[in-house]
Amino acid sequence: MKAIQETKVKNSRYIVIVGCGRLGSHLANQLSRDGNSVVVIDRDEATFNDLSSDFSGFRIEGDATQRAVLQEAKLKKADILIATTHEDNVNLMVAQVALKIFGVPHVLARVFDPKREEVYAQLGVDTICPTSVAADMFLQAVVTGCAEREGAQS
Amino acid sequence: MKVLIVGGGRTLYFLCRNFTAKGYEVVIIDRDQAECIQLARQLFATVICGDGSDAGILQEAGAMGADAVLAITANDQDNLVICQLASLKFGVPRAVALANDPDNAEVFEKLGVSSFSTTRIVGSLIEQRASLEQITNLLPVGQGKVNVTEIVLDAGSPVTGKLLKDIALPENALVAVVIRDDQPMVPRGGNDLQVGDRVVLITLPENHGPVLKAFTGEGK
Repeated sequence: MKAIQETKVKNSRYIVIVGCGRLGSHLANQLSRDGNSVVVIDRDEATFNDLSSDFSGFRIEGDATQRAVLQEAKLKKADILIATTHEDNVNLMVAQVALKIFGVPHVLARVFDPKREEVYAQLGVDTICPTSVAADMFLQAVVTGCAEREGAQS
Repeated sequence: MKVLIVGGGRTLYFLCRNFTAKGYEVVIIDRDQAECIQLARQLFATVICGDGSDAGILQEAGAMGADAVLAITANDQDNLVICQLASLKFGVPRAVALANDPDNAEVFEKLGVSSFSTTRIVGSLIEQRASLEQITNLLPVGQGKVNVTEIVLDAGSPVTGKLLKDIALPENALVAVVIRDDQPMVPRGGNDLQVGDRVVLITLPENHGPVLKAFTGEGK
C-alpha cells in the first residue's frame, strides 16, 4: 500500500500557484488534468470560478504575501511554485520567500517589467516576462512577414 | 546625507519634516498625485509622483547618490522590491523596509533587507509601559521555562551598594550581566551593584516574582 502511494507521489508533483487570474487558472486546470497535486491561492474568491469542473486541487483564499497563508498551502512540501498575479512585486516577493524560506526547489515568477526582471535574475528567481516574450514574437512575425512578402514578390 | 523616502500618509510627512529639520536632503516618492502636491507645498523636499518600485522612477529620484532608502508604503511586497532595487541596482548603502505584517520583518531580514515592524515596536512599548517601568522582559528561553529580564536599579532598590556575594538570592536565579554607563560586564561575587545599573537576570518562572522583589524592593 505504502509503495503504491510513493510511486504515485513520484509521478505527480506538488505545485502551488499564486494568482488565479486568466494565466493562473489556465495553468492550474492544465497541471491538475496532467495528474499533479495543485493548490491555488488568490485574494479574491470569485476568481476560483475560472477553474474547470474537473480541477481536483485545493483553493485557498488569502494574501500570499502573508507567510501564514503560504504555510496553509504547505509550501514546504511543494516541488514547484508559480507566481502569476498581476502585480510584479507580489510575484517577486512570493517567489523569493518560497525559494529562500520554504526551500521550494523550483520557483517561477511572472514579471511584466523587463527592467525588474534583470535584477531578479541575479537573485536566483526564474522569471518569465510576458512583455519581452510578446515583443520577441511580434518582432519575429514582422521579420518573417516581411521576408515572406519579399519572397512572394520576387 | 541624502535620504529617499517611498510611501505616503502622515508618517511620511512627519518623518520627512524631522529629517529636513536635521538638514538632510530628502526626496519623496509617492504614488498619490494629490498628496504629492500637498507635500511639495508643505515640505522642503523634492517630491516625485510615481511608483517607487520602478527603476526609472528611482533613478529620477537620484537613487544612485542616495545614502539611504526608506520604504514605508502600505504594501510589504512593494517595500521589499524598492529596497532590493535600491541596493542591487543603485548600490544604495542603507535600505530599510517597513514590514506591515510583523511576520514579514523576519522574512525581509532573511532575504537580506533590513526591516522594522511598527506593530511590534508599538506593541512592546505598550507592554513595557503598562508593566513595571523599570522591568523589561527580554525574552523567554527554553519554551518559556527560563526568563531573561532586565531591571534598572533605582534608589529604592535594597541591593544597591552591596557586593553580589552579600545579596541573598532565591534558588535558581543568576545575575548574568550588569550594564553600567553602557559598559556590559559579567559580574562575580566581588562586584557591587549601584543605582542606575541595568541588571540582566536569568530566573525560572517559579522564583521569578521573589527575585524581582529582591532587586526592586517592591512588595516589602
